[in-house]
Amino acid sequence: MIDLEKHVVVIYPHPDDEAFGASGTITQFREAGVSVTYLCGTLGEMGRNMGNPTFANRETLSEFRKKELIDACKVLDVDLRMLGYRDKTLEFESRDEVAEHLKGILEEIEPSLVITHYPGHAVHPDHDAMGAAAVEAVRLMDASKRPKVWAQALSHDHLELFGEPDVINNVKAVFNQKMKTIMAHRSQAQGVLGKMKENQDDVTDIEAIAKERLGYESFYTWNFD
Amino acid sequence: MEPITIEAVQKELDRLANKDVYVHLETTNGAYASHFDENAYNVGAFIRNAKVSYLHGKIVGSKNTYRVGLKLDIGWVYAEGVNQWELDEEQRLLMAGHDREGRLMVALEIGETPFKN
Repeated sequence: MIDLEKHVVVIYPHPDDEAFGASGTITQFREAGVSVTYLCGTLGEMGRNMGNPTFANRETLSEFRKKELIDACKVLDVDLRMLGYRDKTLEFESRDEVAEHLKGILEEIEPSLVITHYPGHAVHPDHDAMGAAAVEAVRLMDASKRPKVWAQALSHDHLELFGEPDVINNVKAVFNQKMKTIMAHRSQAQGVLGKMKENQDDVTDIEAIAKERLGYESFYTWNFD
Repeated sequence: MEPITIEAVQKELDRLANKDVYVHLETTNGAYASHFDENAYNVGAFIRNAKVSYLHGKIVGSKNTYRVGLKLDIGWVYAEGVNQWELDEEQRLLMAGHDREGRLMVALEIGETPFKN
């Protein structure tokens, strides 16, 4: 499945969404020689994590996160395009305009697969908005040229609602690469990983928790019919 | 940023009073609050580059929690919970409050030049 793709485009709104959500899958594609492009919606300007101890502030955070994003994409060996939207505001942009923007890029790259968030089931409003625009962009394409779409759901109830995702990638074999990608997001990594630790009392090794929590990357193939 | 001392911040609030200034005001408990805790509510608000002029500003509080109020002609700007501050390269006054893990909970920033959109 992995090596049959021609070009994969990943569409998420924040620097680090690719790291936590799909860096194992991206690594598998790159190891199979498949080109990958990351379309990153925003620079995470409104993130709460400022490093721990804090080294960023509200005004400098976007510069740090831009560097981190570039570094993470170097680790992953993927092409990067920054789309220039602003963190927290994506859902207030015109859905049609964002979809047209994405469609233009997809028609240029002609990917065989698009990875994005599952609209309405991706917890963060920016995830939902970016996912909805990405799905809409592909829907607007000529049916014969449409790439497949893998949509990632993060909500607690997605299993109950949709059943098991049809794509479940075990990425434990490439987990070192996934951790390197996560750690490239220096201002965010500790805060996000720490949040996982808070919710698990008995385990203390953060890497072990990460591997357990992030060792699989799952997606639903979008049905356009 | 560094821990707030009232004297230092008050000096900057005085410097920026009675001028056209741009304000960034924000509070948030994060987009994942109710995802990690089903009893929590996601709350947040921000206003970026509100152009105001304040008659006087004052910082009050102690130890690691301070309140800042700016008195306007026809209203107020208020933030609670700031504990760190700095002047950026454009002499804008940045104040923020972080939790123990370094996550921003509240921010109030005042400058004579607009903040990056």
